[in-house]
Amino acid sequence: MKTPLLVFNDKGIYCEAADVYLDPWKPVDKAIISHGHADHSRWGHKKYITHHSNVPIIKHRLGDIIVSGVEWNESFTVNGVKFSMHPAGHIIGSSQIRVEHQGEVWVFTGDYKTEDDGVAVPYEPVKCDTFITECTFGLPAFKWTPQEKVFQDINNWWQQNKEDGRTSVLFGYSLGKAQRLLKHLDTSIGKIYTHGAIENMTEVLRDQMDFPSTIRITRETKKDEIKGNIVLAPGSAHGSTWIRKMVPYVTASASGWMTFRGARRRRAIDKGFVLSDHCDWQGLLTSIKETGCEKVICTHGYTDIFSRFLREQGYDARTEETQYEGETGQMEAEKEKDSE
Amino acid sequence: MKRFADLIKTLDSTNKTTIKVEALTEYFRNAPPKDKVWTIAILSHRRPPRPVNTTLMREWASELAKIPLWLFEESYHIVGDLAETIALIIPASDNSTEKSLNQFLLEILELKPKSEEEKKEYLFDNWLNLNYYERFVFTKLITGSFRIGVSQKLMTRALSRATDIDEDILAYKLMGNWEPSKITFNKLILEENEEDFLSKPYPFYLAYAIEDEPKDLGDVSEWSAEHKWDGIRSQVIIRNDELFVWSRGEELVTDKYPEFEALLEAIPNGTVIDGEILPFPKGEIGTFRDLQTRIGRKNVTKKLLEKTPVILKAYDILECNGEDIRDMAFGKRREVLEKLYHEVKSEELPLHLSETIQFKNWDEAAMEREKSREVKSEGLMLKRLDSPYLVGRKKGDWWKWKVDPLTIDAVLTYAMRGHGRRSNLFTDYTFGLWDNEKEELVTFAKAYSGLTDKEFRQLDAWIKKNTLERFGPVRSVTPHHVFEIAFEGIAESKRHKSGVATRFPRILRWRSDKKIEEANTLEDLKALIP
Repeated sequence: MKTPLLVFNDKGIYCEAADVYLDPWKPVDKAIISHGHADHSRWGHKKYITHHSNVPIIKHRLGDIIVSGVEWNESFTVNGVKFSMHPAGHIIGSSQIRVEHQGEVWVFTGDYKTEDDGVAVPYEPVKCDTFITECTFGLPAFKWTPQEKVFQDINNWWQQNKEDGRTSVLFGYSLGKAQRLLKHLDTSIGKIYTHGAIENMTEVLRDQMDFPSTIRITRETKKDEIKGNIVLAPGSAHGSTWIRKMVPYVTASASGWMTFRGARRRRAIDKGFVLSDHCDWQGLLTSIKETGCEKVICTHGYTDIFSRFLREQGYDARTEETQYEGETGQMEAEKEKDSE
Repeated sequence: MKRFADLIKTLDSTNKTTIKVEALTEYFRNAPPKDKVWTIAILSHRRPPRPVNTTLMREWASELAKIPLWLFEESYHIVGDLAETIALIIPASDNSTEKSLNQFLLEILELKPKSEEEKKEYLFDNWLNLNYYERFVFTKLITGSFRIGVSQKLMTRALSRATDIDEDILAYKLMGNWEPSKITFNKLILEENEEDFLSKPYPFYLAYAIEDEPKDLGDVSEWSAEHKWDGIRSQVIIRNDELFVWSRGEELVTDKYPEFEALLEAIPNGTVIDGEILPFPKGEIGTFRDLQTRIGRKNVTKKLLEKTPVILKAYDILECNGEDIRDMAFGKRREVLEKLYHEVKSEELPLHLSETIQFKNWDEAAMEREKSREVKSEGLMLKRLDSPYLVGRKKGDWWKWKVDPLTIDAVLTYAMRGHGRRSNLFTDYTFGLWDNEKEELVTFAKAYSGLTDKEFRQLDAWIKKNTLERFGPVRSVTPHHVFEIAFEGIAESKRHKSGVATRFPRILRWRSDKKIEEANTLEDLKALIP
């Protein structure tokens, strides 16, 4: 039997024909990277290839590395295997990786979402034979509300808190969610303050996109000036001494997990906004259908449940163990990073 | 219903007690009176009987959502709440209802005797035409109790603010049996009506566990001690030639303990005694496991009565000659209780006195506490001699000083997802001990509490990566982690695979310093059986 075009080994998703890894979790010679989140772009590879929007992000996170950027849809060949990057809509620069060899096409999604969030280049379905998909929210309980409605709720919440004399503290990942929030906050309500981790990442991205102006919270920032405004912070800031400067404050988190009442209560957050950078249940099913694929490989999320459902729908679906962690993973990774 | 759903949404959107009380107060000021009665009933766990069984609800919800039943079940395991799962899975609707909460509950009450088809039609109609929160609340009214971080205490506080009636008086009015569908807000809360109080117990005074050394409580002579008996805390009420026995869970249990009929003859009307129902097989205090054969048994056979009779161990007296004497000092109340006891006591009467003990110093008290297991108590109760009988759990005058739990080191073997605020996290654990050959781990207990949120998160992540097998919501995991498990009591049991049943098992410590080979054996556990 011939070796499949892509296999899952202990280092990552491996293309033997090209001797290239996709989003490897252990150091390799040549890695094609879907996007800048820590569980997909890891430290220690000799050479990184990614969409050019990701280059400054990855350099910011990993320091001095050898990385080359490519355009959307621009194919490049390694040992006769054709690769190209296509928008995944997850965060700025996030890409699906298309791999073609001897008439066979595989697509690896990395992380993706179908809704246009106004920041990331929107997801484009890519025809393929085998679709390697995430399914972080692969349960029918996940159903996203259009983001206009969610941002309306977020801005109303901010407005109300301001009227009540409270500061709004909104938690989201420093790469991706923070910029999406930033882009859609209503600056007529007040000023936007940021935690250092978010400010640093946003600074890197301002070259690529216009964002409303933000004020970094430093030791010198006066308590009084923050009052009634909104503060964007990574989840790890919750419960830290840093947050005491915002008293009196109200907290909220923007994440797909906020679907569950228990998830919000467990984190002791006042308000949960259901806003995710991943596909919801219907988004996953529609995307898979649009690729026209026959085979599906689920990499992370509710893989067992989701692949069983796909098999019942007639797909040749299975799961593969990876070290990608979806939304939880990013949150935990940020926690660790911030505590360093 | 819209107003109630909004209330639940507001309560759900904050972790701050002040905001919760504000929202509830606002609701109690403005909602229609009948809705208020229902809200009080729901928040004090008096929901109507479940009109539809949950198996049917699961089938119907998956049918309406057009997903296979197994997928619904899997989702339910992860969401951790049936009403929430149903509300999430059914196609979204932006509709809203004009019907009142009272109307909904009357409909739900009428639903019970109806045919399956009628029930299904009723649920489908509401599921499809209510928005997310209304649908969640509606389903919750049918399936179970509301756990939304509002204690009865909090609700009473808000009700007090809305009505200007004292909290303690409200707590008393809300005790006991009342039917939300039959009573008006006026009658339940606003009116003063002596007759209604005939069967009502007083709110129980509950103690906190002692935090530091009892020495910090001050002069030992100001304190009275007694053993903390391990049964069912209860109030026995004798008024108007009628007997009422209430458990601490505000459940009327008179019928379950026919022994106490004898008290009706002996004790004068207008008496309320606070005590502990204890099993008394073979003329001595039994274990809690003995009592379990009586709890939940509505049909008390003669055989059972002979095998496991119960007694009331009296702690306190709250009413004497029809007069509420809770403001009297504890020492004085005890005098009243003991006088009554000595007047009526006899071999046959199932009434015993919980003896108080006076100590010369705290060391003496500590020595008495060490004897607790021998006398089948859980430790000591310390009560300030001049303390009144307060309402609810209050710090200061009463303390429980339990014996240190028994402990054993066990290995984590299975994990299950939790519910409520632990939904989608593996927080319910099963633990095993080594068999004699140290080859196999034998399950001996389940525990759900004792770790910090951070530890739960760490362990959850580890479990997801170290799963051996999945059985629905349960996963077996690689034996790797050792935990120190604490428990209150231990007895032989035929029902358990290990042959041993433990009481209140919980995690005391994560022993990351221990390897699984160092965990205890089943023999070690059995050696603890008294």
